[in-house]
Amino acid sequence: MTEPIVELRHVTAGYAGRPVVADVNCRIMPGEFVGLVGPSGAGKTTLLRALLGMVDVYEGEVLVDDQQVNGRRRPSIGYVPQLETIDWQFPVTVDEVVMLGRATSSGPWPWPRASDRRDARELLEQLGIAELAGKHIRALSGGQQQRVFLARALIRNPRLLLLDEPTSGVDIKTRDDIMHLLVDLNRTGVTVIVSTHEINALAAHLPRVLCINGGVVADGHPRDVFTPEILRRTFGGEMVVVRQGTLTLVADRPHLFDEFDEDGLPDGSPEAAADARA
Amino acid sequence: MPDLIYPLEFAFFRQGLAAATMVGALTGLIGVFVVLRRMSYIGHGLSHAVFGGAVVGYVAGINFYAAAGLWGFVSALLINQTTRRRQIGADAAIGIVTTSSFAVGVALISRASSVTRNFDAALFGNLLGVSRGDLWVIAGVLVTTVIVVFFTYKQLLFMTFDPDVAPAYGVATGWLDALFALVLAATIIASIRIMGVTMIAASIVIPPVVARLLTDRFAVMLVLSSALGAVVAFVGLYISYFADIASGAAIVLTSATLFGVTLAAVSAREWVRSGRPRAALQALPAAEPEPPLFD
Ligand SMILES: Nc1ncnc2c1ncn2[C@@H]1O[C@H](COP(=O)(O)OP(=O)(O)O)[C@@H](O)[C@H]1O
Ligand SMILES: [Mg+2]
Repeated sequence: MTEPIVELRHVTAGYAGRPVVADVNCRIMPGEFVGLVGPSGAGKTTLLRALLGMVDVYEGEVLVDDQQVNGRRRPSIGYVPQLETIDWQFPVTVDEVVMLGRATSSGPWPWPRASDRRDARELLEQLGIAELAGKHIRALSGGQQQRVFLARALIRNPRLLLLDEPTSGVDIKTRDDIMHLLVDLNRTGVTVIVSTHEINALAAHLPRVLCINGGVVADGHPRDVFTPEILRRTFGGEMVVVRQGTLTLVADRPHLFDEFDEDGLPDGSPEAAADARA
Repeated sequence: MPDLIYPLEFAFFRQGLAAATMVGALTGLIGVFVVLRRMSYIGHGLSHAVFGGAVVGYVAGINFYAAAGLWGFVSALLINQTTRRRQIGADAAIGIVTTSSFAVGVALISRASSVTRNFDAALFGNLLGVSRGDLWVIAGVLVTTVIVVFFTYKQLLFMTFDPDVAPAYGVATGWLDALFALVLAATIIASIRIMGVTMIAASIVIPPVVARLLTDRFAVMLVLSSALGAVVAFVGLYISYFADIASGAAIVLTSATLFGVTLAAVSAREWVRSGRPRAALQALPAAEPEPPLFD
């Protein structure tokens, strides 16, 4: 039997003595593609950072590759942070950002090794942005930004890839491109964990989702976990779940006008249809 | 045109000039990290704290570098700790501690008689104050800083650009932060005679800001900022001598002029290129990160 690549046992974690997520249990096997779904502030980023040993763990154990994660030993994990945290005016070029992934493993000299340069070029080519290599990061579009930081993660040859909201703020086409890239990577054996607050656009198409809100509310296939009850406990709002064949669609019910309230949202409602384009 | 050669006949001027040029390069180099990490206030705070330590040391009859060094390193580590914690009021705490330390120095100096001349020198810098021993200290700090930046370049770049992710990728940020704080404190102590307590912060901030206007590359910015710092200090020291103004003030005025000229030139170039006025200052670190650009 294979060992899980990620295992959380009764994990309570947070910042400065205040727990953000409590009693989290989950096992993720090598090769899985998992989504963390939840509203903003639910603790998705905190959970991802727990796998990196970058938050305080008050109780329980975080295991990656069967090894306890702590400040000292860090397994090779690829991490693409939420890009809102990046200073886009910083004087750095695309290839420099990619080679940062090797910052601690590429020798003592300030300049990159030839192999780092070559690997960075190759990755940028694979991701379809080779022509951006020498450009300043300010010149990138949303999708290109994601690819650059993905390349910085991939240059470490990680077996586990964590992405924080990789599709927030990008258009539909870019979102689909990014997701296809991740699925391709997943097919080569990389375990992928993405956080997202987009249910229909992203989470509903994944083989496994964890609903997060201060802990794990539910864990399983979207078909099984996207029920009005679980969604209410995750997002705190009323949701309508629409099923069409293998597709699960979720629409919220904002209670803005009484007339909509009367009949709810039927299968073919404009909102459900608008979300179905994904 | 004043005769630029004859002041070089005086040992005090040669030593002042050598010290100022090295100090300019040093503050320009370390300033790149200070500016890009948005810690501009730290130079101001540290120099004021160091002043207090130096005066206490002077009154107690302790060597300047021993007193200022101990005080400076402790303050640097404390300031570093508070900023890492991101608590509300951390900046206020830094302000209180460093200004109080400064006030202690002022109080002690005011009690002593016949030190007003020294007081001006301490606040605004004095090219007369540089001894051979000081030159060695400045050279030592400069060489050490260059070596540190050279051999931790990649980690420093990572930590400065993306402090959130750097530790996850194995960069020893805690250790590097402490090292940086020590180097910064050493820079300020080595610079305080030439620059003066109140002028150091500007000499740390202006050269990197000018360099940032001229390049989009981190490595180039490091070299350029150090070079500009050195040139500005060299020119400033001559101005200080001929115009008889405090050396720190002369150097800061020179770099401020360079900043104004560069900003105007870069803005004009942008204007010509794009056909409309555009703020060149956009390239500088904003108080808040700019929102990402989308197609
Ligand atoms: N560095 C931090 N220090 C203290 N609290 C934090 C920090 N980062 C996040 N938090 C808090 O943790 C909670 C969950 O945040 P986060 O994990 O980022 O949620 P999500 O990613 O699901 O939006 C929020 O209430 C937030 O205020
Ligand atoms: Mg988040």
